[in-house]
This record gives sequence, C-alpha cells and structure tokens, in this order.
Amino acid sequence: MDLNFNHDEDEFRLKVRRFLEQNLATSGLGGGREGREDKAWLDKSKAWQRKLHEAGYVALAWPKEYGGQAMDPIRQSIVNDEMVRANAPYLPGGSGLGMLGPTLISWGTEEQKKRYLPKILTGEEIWCQGYSEPGSGSDLASLRTRAETVGDEFVVNGQKVWTSGAQHADMMFCLVRTDPEAPKHRGISYILIDMHTPGITVRPLVQMTGDRGFNEVFFDNVRVPRKNLVGKLNEGWIVANATLFHERNMLGSATGSAQRFNRLLAIAKKIKRAGRALTEDPVFRQRLVDLEIRVEAMRYHSLRQLTDQIRGKNPGVEGWINKLVGTELNHDLATAAMEALGDYAMLSREDGAALDHGYWPYEWMFSLGLVIGGGTSHIQKNIIAERGLKMPKSR
Amino acid sequence: MDFGLSEEQQALKISAREFLAGECATAVVRKAMAADDGRAPELEREIAKLGWTGLIVPEKFGGAGLGMLDLAVILEEQGYAAMPGPFLFSSALAADALAHGGSDELKAKWLRAIAEGSAVGTVAIVEAGDSLSPADFAAIAKNDGASARISGVKMFVPYGNAADFIVVAARTGADTTDAALYVVETKSVGVRATELKNLDQTRRVARVEFDGATAVPLSGGAALYSRLLDIGAVAIAADSLGGIERALDMAVDYSKVREQFGKPIGSFQALKHAAAEILSELEPGRALLWYAAYAQDAAPDAASRVASMAKARLCDVFMRGADRAVLMHGGIGFTWEHDIHLWFKRARFNEAYFGSPAYHRECVAQLGGY
Repeated sequence: MDLNFNHDEDEFRLKVRRFLEQNLATSGLGGGREGREDKAWLDKSKAWQRKLHEAGYVALAWPKEYGGQAMDPIRQSIVNDEMVRANAPYLPGGSGLGMLGPTLISWGTEEQKKRYLPKILTGEEIWCQGYSEPGSGSDLASLRTRAETVGDEFVVNGQKVWTSGAQHADMMFCLVRTDPEAPKHRGISYILIDMHTPGITVRPLVQMTGDRGFNEVFFDNVRVPRKNLVGKLNEGWIVANATLFHERNMLGSATGSAQRFNRLLAIAKKIKRAGRALTEDPVFRQRLVDLEIRVEAMRYHSLRQLTDQIRGKNPGVEGWINKLVGTELNHDLATAAMEALGDYAMLSREDGAALDHGYWPYEWMFSLGLVIGGGTSHIQKNIIAERGLKMPKSR
Repeated sequence: MDFGLSEEQQALKISAREFLAGECATAVVRKAMAADDGRAPELEREIAKLGWTGLIVPEKFGGAGLGMLDLAVILEEQGYAAMPGPFLFSSALAADALAHGGSDELKAKWLRAIAEGSAVGTVAIVEAGDSLSPADFAAIAKNDGASARISGVKMFVPYGNAADFIVVAARTGADTTDAALYVVETKSVGVRATELKNLDQTRRVARVEFDGATAVPLSGGAALYSRLLDIGAVAIAADSLGGIERALDMAVDYSKVREQFGKPIGSFQALKHAAAEILSELEPGRALLWYAAYAQDAAPDAASRVASMAKARLCDVFMRGADRAVLMHGGIGFTWEHDIHLWFKRARFNEAYFGSPAYHRECVAQLGGY
C-alpha cells in the first residue's frame, strides 16, 4: 500500500495543470453539462479536443500504432483528475474515446483500428451509440432494427432512440438484427454506420432539462459496407457487452463526485436559516458527512481498481458496481443540494435569482438521466447479482 | 501509487480464511457461546501459534511488528467467521495502547504475554452514562507516587471477567476533564468484574468496578486516548467488513438452493436487488477500510478522520446488510438453529461499541471543519 505518486508522476501532474491553466480559457467553454446540443458548442469543443490531443493528453493508454502513447493507466487518471479539478469542458468525442475506442482495440480488424481510432483521438469524427430502440430498452437483445446482406453491403431498416449526440455525430456504432430466426442474443451484429449515408433521419427529442441532447434515428434502406462489421456476423452481442462494460465504467467514474461534494458543502455553509448555517443543522450535517464518506469510499474504490489494472489483475466482482454506485451517488449529491436550496430549488438555471449560478437544478435532473442511461439501476442490480454474485437468471 | 493489499497480505488473508473455516466453524463458535467464559481455548492456542496474537506487537517484545493494515486483514477474517473471544480487545486495542504508551517494563510484562498467548488484556472506557467523552467520566485516577489509584465504574468492558489486565480511561484529577490511560491488573485489590448478559453471544462484556485499584499510567495522555479510539474504530470496522461478506455469502448461497414457485428464490429480482445493494456498499467500504487502517501507521494527519469514516460506514452497512440477509432467508433466518443471527447480533455489537455511526459522523464533521 502506497498512496504517493512518484516523482515523474508528480511532474507530469504539474505539467497537465499548467497546460490547463494556460489554455483552458482559450476554449471558450464552461465545464457544465449544459449547452451540448448547439453547433457552436460542437465547433469550440472539437477545437479544444484537438488542442488537448496535440498536447498529448487524450487517451494516453491507447497503443502507439493508432495514435496513442501506450502509457500506464496512472497517467490517464492524473489527466482525468486534473481536468475535473480545472472544471474543463466535456470532450465531444466522449463516446468514441470512452466506449467505441476501447471496444475496437479489443475487437476491431486491423483496418478498422487504423481507419477509426486516430480520428477519435483528434475529435475529427464524432461517434454516437445506436443501442436502444422504442421496444428495446432494458431488454436490449430484443432489438429489431434489421440489417439484410445484399452483396457486399448491409441494408439497414429500423429505428434507434435516446441516441445522445446523434445530431453532431459522423459515425454510429450500432446493433442490428442480422438473423431474425435465431434466438434473440444470437442474431445480432455490431456494425459501424456513416451518419452521412442517405436514408438516415435524425430527429431531436427534448429532454426534461429542456435540452435537445438525444434523438430518434431512423434508417430507411441505409447501405453499409460489409467491412464495417465488428466481430463476427450474428455474434455482435459479445462485442455489445464489451462496449457496455466500458460505458458502465465511464458513467460510474468517481472523478467529479468529490468536486460536487465540495460545491455542496460550500453552499451548505453559506445558506443560513434562523441564524444557523445548514452545516450546523444536526440532521443535514449528518447527511453531508454520510455523502462525503460515500464519495471518499468510491475514490479509494477507484484507486483500488486502477492498482489492479496496473498489476494486471482481471476486474473482479468490484468492477460490476461502478455504474450503479457512481451515478446514484452523484444524483444523491444533487438531491441533497436541491433540498439545501429550499425555495430557491424552484428556480431554473435561467433565473437571475437562482443560487450557485443555477448549477444544481440542471445537475439534479441530468444526474438522474445517468442513473437511467447505460442500463437503469434496476438493470445494473440484475447484472451485479447474475454476473457478480452468480445468482440464477430469471429468464 | 499502489492501492491494495501486498502479496504477503493477500496470502495472510487467504490462509486466515482457510484456517478459520476449519478451526472456527460455527459449531466451534456455538460451543464458545455456551461456555461460561465465552471462549474457545483450543482455537486461542492455535491462533497464538500462528502469531496472530502478537501481530502488531514489536519484535523486541516477541511479536511480528506488523502494522494496522496487516491486523485489519486478520480482523476481517475473524468477522467473517464470527470468531468468539477476546482477540480484538486484547491483541488489537490493549496491545496498541501498550505499544504506544507503555514503559519498557510494562511492555516486557504484558506485550510479550499477549504475543505468547499467555495473557489477555482488554479496555475499559465508557461508564453508565455511555459516553466516550472524558468530561463524562466519573472514574478518576489519583496520583500515588509512581503509580495511581483509580476509582469508578466502567461498563461494557469486553471479557472483563477473563482479562489479566485492563487499559482504563480515567480523568487525571477531580477538577480536570483531561483523560489518560492506565493499566490495572485484574487480580489487584479493588477490582471487581460482573458479567453483563450480552445479546451478541460471540462476545462477552462486563461491568467493572474499581475501588482505589492500583493503576500504572501510560504515557501520551489525551493523544494516546484519542489513538485508542481510532484504533478501536478501525478494528471494529474491519471485523464488520468480514461480517458483511459472510452475511451476503450466506444469503446468496441460500437463494441458490431454496426453491419457491418452482425456481430458486435467487432468480427473483427482489432478492437479486437486495444482494446487489449489499455488494455495492461492501466493496467501496473495503477500500475505505484499507485506507483507514493504512493511515493509522502511514498518514497521521488523516488517521483520525478516516477511522471515523470507516467506523460509521462499515458498521452502518454491516447492520443494514445483516438485516437484509436475515430477511432473504425467510422463516429459517428467524430461528436459533440457523447461523445467520450470529452476524445479525454481532453487527449490533459492532455498531454500538466504540461510538455509534452518528457519533463518528459528528467526529468527521468536526475534524473536517464543517
């Protein structure tokens, strides 16, 4: 057990910190989750990702032959920490960096890796995830978007839904049914679709936050080259699960919870009722500490997993819980803050009287979205029980 | 940065799990529960042979000289086994207080004996008013040359009947709220222990009356008392970690074999979700406990606050987890015959002993400058 970083790592951290201090302001972007539906946001954030990549701070652990630096995961975690500390903006290429990239590194052909990975790093190509359908949410494997093989192409017909960022995306990693006769898990394939292909219609959906962050995507005889198949035909479910694994870790990342807690604590110290700060209210004080302890526990839990990764140990049962615990914790933090705000919790972020720059109402809603997206907490508990604890399947 | 158990610690954990599965099966636990003194003498002898009793005792005094994280690994496994007896109170709490505040003479006498397994120590802190705050102690030590004389009544003293010596927390005078720790031999004149009837029969507690009993002061004063509270918090949290794992294992195993509606009850989402919730509190709790134990030796500035975090969290999770684990068993879980109630009751002992979760959360708030 040793919690100290070595000299090189400390130096590296300072270098990242200095880079962010000197360059963050030029991005013209805030660190919030909001505003990502705008084209203006996209242009600015693409430029920001390019700049970050040129400085060597994007996907550091990826193999060198595809534009990465083959660094150890500690460096990546240092960059992640520093980005959160500096309140750096979200990267537009998040789906590519966090989900498709790691999936392709394990499952893609050499040609696919060479073609797609470098452009994920630079932010040149933005990806979206074509998983959920109107009739297939938690029961993802029941999906019906059909891909028929015609010559050396797939012809895709059907519909995806809740597709975040599809309005900006150049490419989609998509699950399609290639064998409707087979049992549901055995007739699915994982394909990569160019979003500029004729026959694709993207229709925005308005989220409860008021943002147009996700979409419906319709496919009408969309032609996709056969070489865009990842893994084997009809064996896409296993590839889909690899992506889901990366998605769970991305969504459940503990980076950021500590900053949110500090923001909550700061506002609780400021809000006074009957001459007493909320931190001195015996009930709220206990609740704050309980949240801080959960945040700390997740921080150590992440360090433990990072250590296991460095030691070359396969993820064990502890890895299954990240998404469930991380997203619920972030939502609990925001919920506590909303209760702290009292009547001011009624105000949307646009109102000038909103406290703490209107951060919490949006965060409160968005964080619930993440409790749902990537598999709801109920589905996560099924996964934890069946795969982590080997409890019998209900089906 | 390397956040995890070392290879030696992992090996220690595996061997402890295997050893206790054989030598501390629930039949052994139940035999100790039924014994007058609540102990398992053969098991205690074996444990001394393995060197566990002297794990944190300095090598100079016959121990292994290891740290709190090593001890936490062993305590976790004892919690998993619901191991009965005075180990935690003697080889963790009393041993740590002596190692950090005892004179060489005291160490030579008692630490060596603890390590060998020839003596048992324990700690006496709270009184009838049930408070860890020295301002609430009625027990006062009066200086009497090199030693002192203690008068007062301590409650909830683990194995107060069986111990050879007691580390007693007392005020250092009638007109001060400063506390210090003292070592009192139980065979001294003026020490009388009366057993209390404990709900958790894997542990025994006593009311101990001191009436001008001779006491040797430990050096370190309030700081040593504070350290004892932290070590106690971590030790109980480690025992709780093992307890959560065991309660979860038992509930999950049962859910795989018990059938209702024509299938194993573990195939129903109600039980899956209950089990998943326990696991998702257990694993981050494990990491928190590791850091809390490590900090006691390696990060003195963080030690007290993270000890309180671990005590509050692990004890909450153990109590909630054990409660849900009983429920997952249905009717059989409510019987004396089934073993799950051993952990259910041990969780309550752990939650109460050395400060409740609410008490420790308040400590975290104060130390964090809320």
